[in-house]
Amino acid sequence: MANSYEITDHTYDVLVVGAGGAGLRATLGMAASGLSTACITKVFPTRSHTVAAQGGMSASLGNMGDDDWRWHMYDTVKGSDWLGDQDAIEYMCREAVPAIVELEHYGVPFSRTDDGKIYQRPFGGMTTHYGEGIAQRTCAAADRTGHAILHTLYQQSLKHNAEFFIEYFALDLLMAEDGTCCGVMAIDLATGKLHRFRGHEVLLATGGYGRTYFSCTSAHTCTGDGNAMALRAGLPLQDMEFVQFHPTGIYGSGCLITEGSRGEGGYLTNANGERFMERYAPNAKDLASRDVVSRSMTMEINEGRGVGAEGDHIHLHLEHLGADVIAERLPGIAESARIFADIDVNKDPIPVLPTVHYNMGGVPTNYHGEVVNLVDGNPDHVVPGLMAIGEAACVSVHGANRLGSNSLLDLIVFGRAAAKRAAEIVKADTPHRALPDHVTDKVLDRFDGIRFANGDTSTAEIRLDLQKTMQSHAAVFRTGESLTKGMEKVNGLNANFSNVSVADKSMIWNTDLIETLELSNLLPQAVATVASALNREESRGAHARDDFKDRDDEKWMKHSLANVSATGEVKMEYRPVHMTTMSDEVEVFPPKARVY
Amino acid sequence: MAQFNLPANSIVKKGKDFPAPAGATNVKRFKVYRYDPDSGSNPRVDTYDVDLDTCGPMVLDALIKIKSEIDPTLTFRRSCREGICGSCSMNIDGGNTLACIKAISDVKGDVKVYPLPHMEVVKDLVPDLTNFYAQYASVKPWMQSDTPPPPDRERLQSKEDREQLEGLEECILCACCSTSCPSYWWNSDRYLGPAALLSAYRWIADSRDEATGERLDELEDPFKLYRCHTIMNCTNSCPKGLNPAKAITEIKKLIVKRKN
Repeated sequence: MANSYEITDHTYDVLVVGAGGAGLRATLGMAASGLSTACITKVFPTRSHTVAAQGGMSASLGNMGDDDWRWHMYDTVKGSDWLGDQDAIEYMCREAVPAIVELEHYGVPFSRTDDGKIYQRPFGGMTTHYGEGIAQRTCAAADRTGHAILHTLYQQSLKHNAEFFIEYFALDLLMAEDGTCCGVMAIDLATGKLHRFRGHEVLLATGGYGRTYFSCTSAHTCTGDGNAMALRAGLPLQDMEFVQFHPTGIYGSGCLITEGSRGEGGYLTNANGERFMERYAPNAKDLASRDVVSRSMTMEINEGRGVGAEGDHIHLHLEHLGADVIAERLPGIAESARIFADIDVNKDPIPVLPTVHYNMGGVPTNYHGEVVNLVDGNPDHVVPGLMAIGEAACVSVHGANRLGSNSLLDLIVFGRAAAKRAAEIVKADTPHRALPDHVTDKVLDRFDGIRFANGDTSTAEIRLDLQKTMQSHAAVFRTGESLTKGMEKVNGLNANFSNVSVADKSMIWNTDLIETLELSNLLPQAVATVASALNREESRGAHARDDFKDRDDEKWMKHSLANVSATGEVKMEYRPVHMTTMSDEVEVFPPKARVY
Repeated sequence: MAQFNLPANSIVKKGKDFPAPAGATNVKRFKVYRYDPDSGSNPRVDTYDVDLDTCGPMVLDALIKIKSEIDPTLTFRRSCREGICGSCSMNIDGGNTLACIKAISDVKGDVKVYPLPHMEVVKDLVPDLTNFYAQYASVKPWMQSDTPPPPDRERLQSKEDREQLEGLEECILCACCSTSCPSYWWNSDRYLGPAALLSAYRWIADSRDEATGERLDELEDPFKLYRCHTIMNCTNSCPKGLNPAKAITEIKKLIVKRKN
């Protein structure tokens, strides 16, 4: 098999797969530390989905009132519904301050306060004094913070002469027999040729898999390719049942309306014009955490109080904020609402609906970004040569529910941490060990099967079936019954992938092939998501079971690990939640009822 | 008089017709440029009749529908579908824009979809942007400052100084502006084009950046900067409503000012 493909070889000290916020921060850190670094990305770096992040990045700078990283840590632990690892959360919240200062030094065009500091806005679940007051913690560049950060990071990568392989699609990890990751295979879209990259560390920064769902804020390219590569390498994915629905996707298109719009004073109403969040979250109201708001909206709709002709969505009001506030702080929202909902936000409410937004689950790692697995009873066994960061990873800092503006933070803090770790453990110019042919052959076999797939079902057909199945069977509220049906359907679609056809047989820029490879990545992640959701018989964070309405700490305060075989069989295992802190400057927050 | 002939393989031929499904009542015709480099054939224009009753509102929705349901070989870049990533820039109805925010209903008659003008076409609607990106990198679009920032705090910047970046830092590098510019069509090897110049001015305008002199030195060149003849196509085509022509004028003014 290997002989039938011409393969170009590359060797580097480290490889980064993905050029979003996490991948770029890691790439430039690794390059700056003197490691030869290649960043492989399927889209030009500034097209990565970090660019669409709007509201901001949390850090307890205290520019607009008292703040403390311990309060941020408490909020994140509570937001995670006590499924987050508290050592990693402590690390993230402490490192947030130097990480954001560094971004400003790189040149990110943050909005400013009257005294010239970084502007910070309120966000859902972000409080002061352990839940007492509302924190202004989310550092913002108007409502285009992701764009500002991603472009700045790419500019810094140019400054550091980082090496990019742009519009290269990563196919699979190259795993040696002893379980060490030795590199990655990729296809160059421009030529259709294959490239074998060797690196002492491979860092997955491949983002989430929102496109398993029909309606999501995620880009078309959010197909979780790294997660699927990890599964095929025999590694599990962690906490895949936790899928975040953002309360405010635009009805119809699913385009994101930032939580910052509620941070700036926006609010939700039902068909009666009632501000219903006051009933569900008397203190935080519209700024309760996302899982709480999305469930409340869904209940309003289910109980017949939705707005619109079908009574199937909710109104978000910004009309009262005033044109100046909109123009200065929410200009992008005004633009999106005009284009996608034909709404002037100064006059009318925006029609919104809870929309799939973020995957808390992913490749399990420690807070250095090293991938871990349960091996011989050790839940923190480090997989040699493999790291993961950003939405692809499950550190786990978000647990069962991520707080808004903790995602950009996660990207930057752990991108930075992974670069530091790689600099510690990789010695520049270390020779690479020989890799037996069968490692490459296994990857080529799979690729070849898809490239020449000649079945009777189109990629788009299977993908649409998958997306609709996930939308109806693994939604905001789940039951054992609907998940069981969902499992059957997803298993059927996974099996039906053998009937897929790739109509485009060309070599150059074959996006039919790429979309089919992406579908082959979406399917096992959907299997892992539904299987993990069916398995977890409790409600926690974003996972709300109608048949198990309460959180069950005794039985379920643990991370799920889903192993998915090539044929779609799932084996569930568990890792304990880290109920320890990194330092003695803060104590563990023990679980309690989660009320906003 | 000198005679010019187009190379034989550059003549665009009529392509295939894909009629609408039977029973479709709300049909819009899309004429889409196709070029398959593997085949060695000339480019062609394929015609797709799309049932708008089962299609989203934007041109990108129609292209995705065509790819999903009619012709999986149709090739184009796309990602965010909300006008922020800049992937799906192309020429629609005679103007450069993003397919994801261009409403089908804004186009009267047939919807003509071509790649960004005057670029090497890799395949169908995918242009080669290598030179465009290299020009962006050439203006050193990163913070340059000799004064060290405070070690553990952000630099301060007044609201007024931050305001100077508005209309500049929002660029998404979609290349709609540069590829709409006749000067760029003619001299893209040496003229930097509006996108790269807007990025250069974004840093000149930033109160935190201290390399204005060097940046102006680099730009003061008959080709890099002065091939801009204020044609304004850039500003007219920017899907984000930015004004690259104004940024270029500001650069020119600064160069004049420092001479006096």
